[in-house]
Amino acid sequence: MAFEFTAENQTEFERILSRYPQKRAALLPTLYLVQKQHGYVCKDAIGFIAEKLGIEPVQVYAVITFYTMFNLKPVGRFHLQLCNNISCMLLGSEKLLAHLRSRLGIGLKETTPDGLFTLSTVECLGSCGTAPVLQINCDPYRENLGIEELDRLLDELRASAGDAPAAQE
Amino acid sequence: MEATLIKHIGHTAFRDIDTFVQGGGYRAVEKAFGMRPEEVTEAVKSSGLRGRGGAGFSAGMKWSFVPKESQLPKYLCCNADESEPGTFKDRQIVEYEPHLLVEGIIICCYAVGIHSAYIYIRGEFAYGAEVLENAIAQAYSRNYLGRDILGKGFDLDVTVHRGAGAYICGEETALLESLEGKRGQPRLKPPFPAVVGLFNGPTVINNVETLAAIPSIINNGADWYAAIGPERNRGTKLFSVSGHVVKPGVYEMPLGTNLLALINDCCGGIRPGRTLKAVIPGGASASVLRAEECNISLDFDSLAKAGSMLGSGGAIVMDDSTCMVKVAHTASRFFYEESCGKCTPCREGIGWVEKLFRRLESGGGRETDLALISDICDNVKGKTLCPFGEAFSAPLDTFVKKFREEFLEHVRQKRCPFGNPPPDPVH
Ligand SMILES: Cc1cc2nc3c(=O)[nH]c(=O)nc-3n(C[C@H](O)[C@H](O)[C@H](O)COP(=O)(O)O)c2cc1C
Ligand code: FES
Repeated sequence: MAFEFTAENQTEFERILSRYPQKRAALLPTLYLVQKQHGYVCKDAIGFIAEKLGIEPVQVYAVITFYTMFNLKPVGRFHLQLCNNISCMLLGSEKLLAHLRSRLGIGLKETTPDGLFTLSTVECLGSCGTAPVLQINCDPYRENLGIEELDRLLDELRASAGDAPAAQE
Repeated sequence: MEATLIKHIGHTAFRDIDTFVQGGGYRAVEKAFGMRPEEVTEAVKSSGLRGRGGAGFSAGMKWSFVPKESQLPKYLCCNADESEPGTFKDRQIVEYEPHLLVEGIIICCYAVGIHSAYIYIRGEFAYGAEVLENAIAQAYSRNYLGRDILGKGFDLDVTVHRGAGAYICGEETALLESLEGKRGQPRLKPPFPAVVGLFNGPTVINNVETLAAIPSIINNGADWYAAIGPERNRGTKLFSVSGHVVKPGVYEMPLGTNLLALINDCCGGIRPGRTLKAVIPGGASASVLRAEECNISLDFDSLAKAGSMLGSGGAIVMDDSTCMVKVAHTASRFFYEESCGKCTPCREGIGWVEKLFRRLESGGGRETDLALISDICDNVKGKTLCPFGEAFSAPLDTFVKKFREEFLEHVRQKRCPFGNPPPDPVH
């Protein structure tokens, strides 16, 4: 199915284009816009973006794969990105990771069968003073996390997704 | 000493332009507009301000390298990539003092004759980007940005541009590539960005903290600034302190502050019942200091003399419960993940080194691995296009040299003597 921007996003796209003297410079913001609309960058969207920006699809693809924040495949509704760099490691991020793995029953870069959670580790999020740090999607960070906060957070997320909170293990 | 960079840390009120202006904000712009552009650059030069992004190059000097006349438009790129592990200071300015940054940007652009500025902010700071967007929109609405600013005939547009998760895009030429919509791989220098930069135009690249220091220099004068801190290391600096201290956070102190004083007086010391073991003083690219080396002045020159660097001013503090092999492996994994892959010594070298650290941490290492790590690091130094090669080879080699016994203990015991489980298999 051909990819098209919604009318609202088309307007946003034109606003983005107006900020750069060269169309190609709008590539990163355009990829974010596609991801906002579609959740990930599908094959059709790659061709669509290439045409809009006057570059080759392979140039779009090369950029997507260079950066960590663009997805070529669908991810869960909540993408849990746990920092595992030095300061977070010093304050226990590994325990949090082990806990997330066992509670969600998935490994890194995997998604729960209900499509709710994808689990990833990320490099320093620039918030080491409030380690350990977790980012969900592109939302403000969850900071100073312990196991209890993490459990509460998972329940909160499940509830916000319209699910009953998980039974106590 | 009064804070000038993060006066309102923790208070969101100063995101609002009216509150900011009532507190004396944007006064420096008016003052600068009353000076000739060269005078502004001269003031910044004589203030002694050195770049806060890591390299510590004179800000005024950098501005003066940009040709006055140019066929192509000139640009300012504000570096808000903040990806150096252990660093979280620019984020405080972005979130709590966005107008201070905008004010610094306006003054820089006026001094250099720039009419288009981009703030390149790391993708994960989506929230900070939003705070900046709002501040910029307000600045437009009050004519601090846009056409004929304050009726002085100066035009300036500022755009927030989000990165997308790549440490290397903090390196200035990789940042330019990324902003142009390409893979973030560094460019060969020369030509330097001041001559051929963004969209081939002459370009100034400055860190957030550097630009945020400009308004107080203009308001209070270069002499005022030059009186803070030791010779050649002027002004206050934001220190991000994380790890095993009681009160981690960002502290604004004069350059030349003693590292132990920062840890004990500002951060409440080491966690109770523990003692200091080591500090990485300037982000993961800075070589580690042993506890006995920590009685040191935090400034560019003293740390360079001690074989480390001030870098971004991100101090990662470690107590005696810390396994240095694990820290070294974690650092190596980070650099392995983030090498852009352009230069062979970096791409191949860091992969090899990461595997060796992993093996050592798992308890499967050999004594000869230590010399091998040093040898590989030595072969990367000076053989890469950008400083990323040095950024990992120097600190990783230092871990091995300064904590040799601890590495050997892992080899002898065939496990981590601190009882840490082996690291995850390669992911
Ligand atoms: C690998 C690498 C990563 C860097 N990351 C950053 C960064 O995140 N933020 C930053 O301001 N400078 C970073 N720098 C330094 C920039 O290349 C550049 O020197 C700096 O932005 C210039 O600004 P300043 O003169 O105001 O310090 C990095 C350099 C290297 C080699
Ligand atoms: S180490 Fe986790 S936020 Fe910096």
